[in-house]
Parts: sequence; structure tokens; C-alpha cells
Amino acid sequence: MKKWIRKDTSAALMFLAPSGVGFAMFYLIPFAMGVFYSFMDSTVDSQFVGLDNYRELLASSSFRQAASNTFYFSAVSVPLILVLSLGLAILLNQNIYFRKWLRTAFVLPLVVPVASIILIWQMLFDWNGSLNAWLSYFGSERVDWMKTDAARNVVIVVYLWKNIGYNVILFLAGLQQIPRDYYETAQIEGAGRLRQFSSITLVYLTSTMFFVVIMSIINSFKVFRETYLIAGDYPHESIYIMQHYMNNMFMSLDIQKLTAAATLMFGCIFLIVMGLFAIERRHRKFME
Amino acid sequence: MLVAKILQKSALTVVMVAIAVMLLFPIVITFTNSLMTELEIGINYGPIGQIDKADAGRANPFVNLKLIPDKVSLKQYDKILVGSPKYLMMFWNSVFMVVPIIAGQTLVAALAAYAFSKLQFRGRDPLFLVYVLTMLMPFQVTLVPNYIMADKLGLLNSPNAIILPGIFAAFGVFMLRQFMLAIPYAYIEAAKIDGAGHLRIFCTIIIPMIKPGLASLVILLFVDYWNMVEQPLIFLDDPFKQPLSVYLSTINKAKGIAFAASMLYMSPMVLLFLYAESYFIEGIQLSGIKG
Repeated sequence: MKKWIRKDTSAALMFLAPSGVGFAMFYLIPFAMGVFYSFMDSTVDSQFVGLDNYRELLASSSFRQAASNTFYFSAVSVPLILVLSLGLAILLNQNIYFRKWLRTAFVLPLVVPVASIILIWQMLFDWNGSLNAWLSYFGSERVDWMKTDAARNVVIVVYLWKNIGYNVILFLAGLQQIPRDYYETAQIEGAGRLRQFSSITLVYLTSTMFFVVIMSIINSFKVFRETYLIAGDYPHESIYIMQHYMNNMFMSLDIQKLTAAATLMFGCIFLIVMGLFAIERRHRKFME
Repeated sequence: MLVAKILQKSALTVVMVAIAVMLLFPIVITFTNSLMTELEIGINYGPIGQIDKADAGRANPFVNLKLIPDKVSLKQYDKILVGSPKYLMMFWNSVFMVVPIIAGQTLVAALAAYAFSKLQFRGRDPLFLVYVLTMLMPFQVTLVPNYIMADKLGLLNSPNAIILPGIFAAFGVFMLRQFMLAIPYAYIEAAKIDGAGHLRIFCTIIIPMIKPGLASLVILLFVDYWNMVEQPLIFLDDPFKQPLSVYLSTINKAKGIAFAASMLYMSPMVLLFLYAESYFIEGIQLSGIKG
């Protein structure tokens, strides 16, 4: 066994080398440099300043705004998309006509480019847009979607619209992996629908869920593109997120605040991922 | 009993079709509006961005969302393809950035994924965790050091500043590892007994078995990089080097041709998607099953 491992190591080096070199150069080293800068007072002839940059960062109100918005957005939209896409996947897994066509229709928004989304976004959510036209048709007040707190919901809707189909397909595959007779046995033993859902469906979907959560988090950071293109550097304060903040710090060359913010954001993502891995490992042990 | 079943099935189908129509609505409206004349677009969408009080007296201050054009015309397409060479130039800018990234990342990632999924070596799992973590990080987190790095390597204002980091991004490694995990180790053992080396195993066993995975990776990468906005804005000063995604978001203000521009922009992605759809969906499905 030992010999095998040694043999594997030399092969692994060869297979990993191309990726490893580039990855180190464009991701790992830059990241380490970023962390380093976050403790320095400038990028040239720098001096160690300890946590000064962090103190300054935490005192800045626009950082706090961006951080809490980002947190709010992820905390709302990721669970929301999980629930909705799991629900749709369960419905799609029932006896239904046109299943394949529906599946295709659900994923199609994924390939719609940003620029087209923005076009439609303006048509629907402008002050004079269609949504307000419908509202006023039914006698309600117009809403200034992009310049009030409602902007938050608009961003969440765009995120859901774009990513739901991808998750539905992932869940659908997970659902189809669960053997039917588990449900039959449960039924014979008198388990209700809810019980079946929580102790069969959810349990067997855990590894799918893990994957879906990671993808959903990645995609939740990508909504920035749409928001940025439609509202620019300084959108309404309810949708001003970490990426806006970091972008603006870059533009104003405030490298200290930017790197400190980036390091903090990394810290949060690190905690989330470690938490997810811990849950997954526990689940795996439980399944064995 | 049978009737009740059919009724239930139909009712469920109707609900799902309604949801699908809602999801597809933006695509359909972009298509039909791309066949309108500029004049009609101007009349329908003129109110966008207007301050309300100034035209309070006007009869219809709202956008007129219209599905069917009064007169079908290909003028928008003509104006873009024949009348504005800039559009085609940006189109090729995009192609020359996206194609090398996809080809490069798929190859590099497949090799690395093999090491992460089928080889035993010390530090494998911690190293993989590092890959996952960087994958989750938004682009802005390493913005400054990336910029400094690109400057040192002389890549600024060159598409290579975008292509090279694209090739080495961790996403492909993560995806393809997921597919390779699903291949039972017995295949590799059998090949080893027959005397095949790892490179041989990789080329003749692994690659053919992860075709759906490769297809879905290619599509996901295409979608992602075809739409990139932040990287070109930061790394490319020259407006003539920008990809279509950046250019399009600026001509959105010229609504007259924006719909056709969107359609043309969307078409390579939709075509690729429809062409590889069954592979793509199979690929996504497999990726989620094995953890």
C-alpha cells in the first residue's frame, strides 16, 4: 500500500502541475498578497500597522451597509431558491405531461445574457415600466422599484429567475436516485407524507443539497453583474453590496480598505464552507 | 379513478407550464421585439427613464409592453450586422477571449480533477479545500493583487490578463472531480493490472466516461465568460478591445436596435445549449448525485 501511495504521488504531481502553477500564480499568491496588504499602510515601502485598516474599515458606514446587505441578500435568497427549486423538482417528478420540455424551459434563463436581462429589467421595473402599468391598472400606487427598498426584492427575483432551473435539474436527479420502495415501505408502516418527506427525501438528498448550496452561493455573488450594469457604481443603498464597495475602493485607490474587506469576506466564506463540510461529513457517517 | 388521475396530471401540467411561460417570457419578448421597426420600439419604450411629472399630461406615460410587432421587419438586424462594424468587432473580441478560456480550463481542470479524485497523495483534501474556497470568492476579493500581478507580467490592457486567470480558475476542477468521483475505482484497478499507466487510463477510460460532464462544463463556462463584465472593465483600457458583453450594456440606451443586438448575442449560447442539451442536462444531473 505504501508503495502505491508513493507511485501515486509522482503521478499526482504531473497531473496537478499545470493547474497548480497557474492557480498559484493567479489565485493563491494574489490572495496571500491581499491578506498581507491588509495589515500594511501602503503597497510600496509599507509598514506593518496591525489591525488599523480593519478598525478603519469597521468604522466606515458604507462598509457596514455593504456587508449587511450582502449578508441579508445571501441569507434570504439562498434558502428561498432551495425551497422553491426543491418544490418545483418534486412537482416535476410527479406524473406529468411534457416533462422533458418543461425541464428545458426551466434551464433556459441560465443562457440569457446579462445585457438582455437588463433590457427586460428596465421595461418591467422602470418608474414608467410595465409592472407599474399593471399596478395602476388594478388601482394600486406605483412603486419606484429601483430607488426604494423594493430594489432588494427586484434583485432577488432576478436571481431566482436566472438560477432556479439549474437547481431544479440537480434536485430532480437527486430525487430520481431515491428507490421507490422506500416510500412504499414507509407507507405500509403508516408514515404520513410529511414524515416521508423529512425522513426519506431530505435524508437522501443531502449530498445533492450540499452541491446545490455551494452553486447557489457562487451564483448569488454573480447577481452583482446585473445590478452593476443597471444601477452603476452607486445603486440605491438597499442593494449596495460588498462587490460595489470593493470596486469603489479600487477606483478610489483605497487599497487598505479593499484588502481588509476582502480578507473579512474570505473569513466569512471560509466559515460557511467549513460548516457545510462538517455537516456533510456527519451525514456521511450517519449513512454508513 | 382513471379520470381523476388524468385530471390531476393535467392540472399539474397546467401549473408547471404557466411557470415555464413566466420563466421564458423575457426570451420571447426579446425575440418578438427584435422584429419591430425602430419607430415602433421608440413609441413603445420611450417612457423608460422619463421623470414622471414632466409628462403628466400625456395620455400614456407607461411602457407599452407588446408581444406582436405591428409590422415585421429585419431592419434592426440589418442595422447591426451591416451598418455597425463595431458590433462584429466586439463579437470577435468576445470569441477570442472565451474560446481559449474554455479550451484551456477544460484541459487543465480535467488533469487536476483526475489527481484529486483518483490518486492518493498527502495533502490532497486540504489542497482541494483551497480550490473550493477560491472558487467561491467573488472576483473583487483578489482584485488588487491580481492587478499588480497582471502589471508585473505585462498583461495589462491585453486580453491575456483575462484569458490566463480564466484558464486556471478552480471551477472546472471542482465540477470535473465531481464526475470522476462517480467512476468506480475498479475500472482503474483493472486497467492498472493490464499495465496501463495513469496517462493512458486518463485518456482512454476517464475522458470518454465524463463526456456529459465535459459538455456541461463547457456550457457553464461559456455562459459565464460570454457574460463577463467586471474583468474587461478593469483590465482593458482600450474600448476597442472590450467584449460584446460590455459594449452591449452601453448600447442598451439606443433601444432601437437593442433587441436584435441581444438576440444575436444570445444566439451562440442558445444554439450551443440546444445542440448539447441532453448531454448538458445529464451532466448537471450526474454532478449533483455523487458528493
